[in-house]
Amino acid sequence: MDFISILSIFVLACFVGYYVVWSVTPALHTPLMAVTNAISSVIIVGALVASAEAGSAAAKYLGLLAVVLASVNIFGGFAVTERMLAMYKKKERK
Amino acid sequence: MLQTVIAMAAAGAEGVAASPFVSLAYLVAGVLFILALRGLSSPASSRRGNRMGMAGMAIAVATTLYTHDVISLPEIVGAIAIGGAIGFVIARKIAMTAMPQLVAAFHSLVGLAAVLVGAAAFLNPGAFGILDALTGEIHAASRIELGLGVAIGAITFSGSVIAFLKLNGNMSGKPIMLPARHLINLGTLAAILGLIAYFVTDQSPWIFWTVTALSFIIGFLLIIPIGGADMPVVVSMLNSYSGWAAAAMGFTLGNTAMIITGALVGSSGAILSYIMCRAMNRSFLSVIAGGFGAEAASSGGGADAIDRPYKRGSAEDAAFLMKQADSVIIVPGYGMAVSQAQHALREMGDLLKQEGVKVKYAIHPVAGRMPGHMNVLLAEAAVPYDEVFELEDINGEFGQADVAFVIGANDVTNPAAKTDKTSPIYGMPILDVANAKSVLFVKRSMGGAGYAGVDNEVFYMDNTMMLLADAKKMVEEIVKGLAH
Repeated sequence: MDFISILSIFVLACFVGYYVVWSVTPALHTPLMAVTNAISSVIIVGALVASAEAGSAAAKYLGLLAVVLASVNIFGGFAVTERMLAMYKKKERK
Repeated sequence: MLQTVIAMAAAGAEGVAASPFVSLAYLVAGVLFILALRGLSSPASSRRGNRMGMAGMAIAVATTLYTHDVISLPEIVGAIAIGGAIGFVIARKIAMTAMPQLVAAFHSLVGLAAVLVGAAAFLNPGAFGILDALTGEIHAASRIELGLGVAIGAITFSGSVIAFLKLNGNMSGKPIMLPARHLINLGTLAAILGLIAYFVTDQSPWIFWTVTALSFIIGFLLIIPIGGADMPVVVSMLNSYSGWAAAAMGFTLGNTAMIITGALVGSSGAILSYIMCRAMNRSFLSVIAGGFGAEAASSGGGADAIDRPYKRGSAEDAAFLMKQADSVIIVPGYGMAVSQAQHALREMGDLLKQEGVKVKYAIHPVAGRMPGHMNVLLAEAAVPYDEVFELEDINGEFGQADVAFVIGANDVTNPAAKTDKTSPIYGMPILDVANAKSVLFVKRSMGGAGYAGVDNEVFYMDNTMMLLADAKKMVEEIVKGLAH
């Protein structure tokens, strides 16, 4: 992809982010941080590329280490968000 | 439908790596991440949103593995299994009160992963498709992206480590002020940016590694002068940085999922920082400059007010007062988190409701050590979320309330924010607890004013009763008092 297309996606995504995040209810700001943490670990894509490709042994091991770190975050982030969200309950109707 | 997309992506991979189906799969992952955040607009839709985030991540990982000649699949699967198991166990075991430090720790991992990926891309640029076919060097644009990505990642890492140590209590929450720190910081930042610019003309390894090292140092220097109560802003800011680091790597790889996610997370953290700053009436720059709370403790209202008279009450008095009330508004703060009083507090609320008292909770945006910290703790204690209100929604109701029950909060209730122009918290929006008919103020002791180091007029009002004890013990005593 050429630079301008990538930049367009980036700028538009910033606007989407702006509106989506303002609509998040303040009560869920902690889960928001946990889940953004989990999804920013999509950086694992870069780590997988580094560890999958031949060419440099050093790059491969750096990549594998990054895969471990990002996986801690992905599993930990989504799991802890799930755990928090499960606690939010409405008043029981009697 | 998801399987179809993956299958399509896989089919595309057999042809050329740059098949449109591959890009499409990453786009789907990006959209699922947007929907994950969208779900958080209400607790009812939030869990579905979280599942979408998981699906997006699965698609992104599967697509990457399908489209590369994976020569080391067992190692990769092993790495994911190790990391995943660690993450899963941590997520299960962590106490809800420790959520701020957990989030800081997770941020540091994203930052370090970004640095490692950047370093791997620098060492093996061919794998990332950023080599110029003619010169055999890395594309100029990719060098800027790599430099920025590694720099932001390193700042996120070392900054988050310091934030973690401060939040976890391994390091004092007090600001650490180096002499001439602004000069040092600006100089280091300028050096990093200058080196990245120079990196475009000369791709020598020493430039890359110097940028990385300086960025680790600046992350450390930026966070040490920031005090404990400003941590909500710092944690949000580092959240934002981790997003920008992912976005920079997304530019390097030309990967839509990474760019969309980076932009989402980047703006999310930025907006949360803004909300926190607004709730303290401080500019972002003044928070980043640090030192808040260090000077305030030695100046201002503290000294002349030490021996002022105040009313002290017992748990029985408090129980009696609240039993007679029609409505009670509970104002929790960081002190509640520290003493883990949320479960006892919910029990107290339940007993009051049985007596026919209307119970509501009022939450200031900066109560606690991260955005939404109090809400999570109350949710953990099974307080229904429709009894919990934000500052703007409940502040008008203190005038009609019989009792304001302040537990572990101080600065966010201090009227000096409205009246005293010399106060360090002047202009900060506060919860008007002083308007309630009576105020019950749970506090460990009369010494040790709030974080800002300012005395609180509310302590000395005629209708205030100070309940001086550990928050949890006091609430448990009140529960006993209510039970009979």
